[in-house]
Amino acid sequence: MRNVGIIMRRELASYFATPLAYIFLLIFLVLANLFTFYLGEFFERGQADLNPFFTYHPWLFLFLIPAVSMRLWADERRTGSIELLMTLPVTLWQAVVGKFLAAWLFTVLALVLTFPLWITVNYLGSPDNGAILAAYIGSMLLAAGFLSIGSLASALTRNPVVAFIVGIAACFVFLVAGFPLVLDAFRGWAPQFVVDGIGALGFLTHYEAISKGVIDIRDLIYFALLITWFLLATAVVLDVRKSE
Amino acid sequence: MIKTESLTKQYGSLTAVDAVSFTVSPGEVLGFLGPNGAGKTTTMRMLAGFINATSGRASICGHDVDSDSLAARACLGYLPEGAPAYGEMTVRDFLDFIAALRQLHGSARSRIDAVIERLQLQSVLNQTIETLSKGFRRRVGLAQAIMHDPPVLILDEPTDGLDPNQKHEVRTLINDMAGDKTVIISTHILEEVDAVCTRAIIIAHGRIVADDTPQGLAARAPSGRLDDVFRTITA
Repeated sequence: MRNVGIIMRRELASYFATPLAYIFLLIFLVLANLFTFYLGEFFERGQADLNPFFTYHPWLFLFLIPAVSMRLWADERRTGSIELLMTLPVTLWQAVVGKFLAAWLFTVLALVLTFPLWITVNYLGSPDNGAILAAYIGSMLLAAGFLSIGSLASALTRNPVVAFIVGIAACFVFLVAGFPLVLDAFRGWAPQFVVDGIGALGFLTHYEAISKGVIDIRDLIYFALLITWFLLATAVVLDVRKSE
Repeated sequence: MIKTESLTKQYGSLTAVDAVSFTVSPGEVLGFLGPNGAGKTTTMRMLAGFINATSGRASICGHDVDSDSLAARACLGYLPEGAPAYGEMTVRDFLDFIAALRQLHGSARSRIDAVIERLQLQSVLNQTIETLSKGFRRRVGLAQAIMHDPPVLILDEPTDGLDPNQKHEVRTLINDMAGDKTVIISTHILEEVDAVCTRAIIIAHGRIVADDTPQGLAARAPSGRLDDVFRTITA
């Protein structure tokens, strides 16, 4: 655990060593607010809730989260620092988890910085703050899911740009898996349990349940399993390809 | 103490390291010589636990590098080829990071300052590593490798890219530290072998082709010169 913390702190500090972190935070906050007020018609709806804000998170994350995770491993391999890290008395799993947690804390920070919206909605009316908290938790889990996929994408290549694009593509697949767009393609011929299975794999079904304020243990298990699986895959890929 | 038994690494049909066996005892400074692509770096990476051997075994201080990897790495100081580091970190932050992972607490942390002084890094402590000259970067890599006073040191081309003065300093440093440590350094520079090594292994096409003292090796050529021996056996 100690090593996980040390690696996490180093990684988190490396985000802020370049202007990239600040640019990311700025873009995230601007876009999140644009989506809420224009696309989400926050004022026009006349309801004191943050649904217009949370509805667009999956789409915002689709492009922004792979940008957070793209450098996690690709940069280590590009610069060769992975050889240093992997020959220190640190297990592969500690490194994978430490880096993942750093990226996740960074996105949690981005979400925390959206607090003025919460203040605004509380000033304008009396929203269900329990539901808002649940939605924030859902958003953090969604970000963690995307990050675990991005971590695998980053382990597959030495090039952060490739990791970014592969990350977007893979996240997109998991995002739309629950959509009629995908499900209808299977509905005609596949048995119902296959359709349900594919639907259940998608992020959106689970995210929407939580963002409506319903924290179901099954949705939590879904995210936990998905994240664990992708981090394991990251470790396996690194073990095989770290020296290439 | 470093021990390898028939250590082999294959990449597809290419055999990079072919059944290499040797033992290095405390007090020995082994020079690892050979042309580029001979398998020096691959062998060192297997010893450091960075890549897995296809077959054969290696141990460091009695810990198998594969099955008891963390214990083996804990008693090893390793300078990878090219001295990679985190470029965006300052020298101070980088060394603190390594010290934390090496579990240097309390009084052991004074070792960081001792190492900084020994490698004369005081003037660049607050500079980021990416802005350093090649010589300073190499010294940061060396600082990282010797910080925890490991019984075994593996240094891949420690003097590559240094100017003659810096080379001399690094050799003096290795000589000073050697004592009862087990040291392997790889190099292309044959004069270095004379200057710091008590023993030399020449490796070519993944195999050990000579294993002797520098004097013993030099005596093999009529001229008595190490580079003539090197050219004859690795050609």
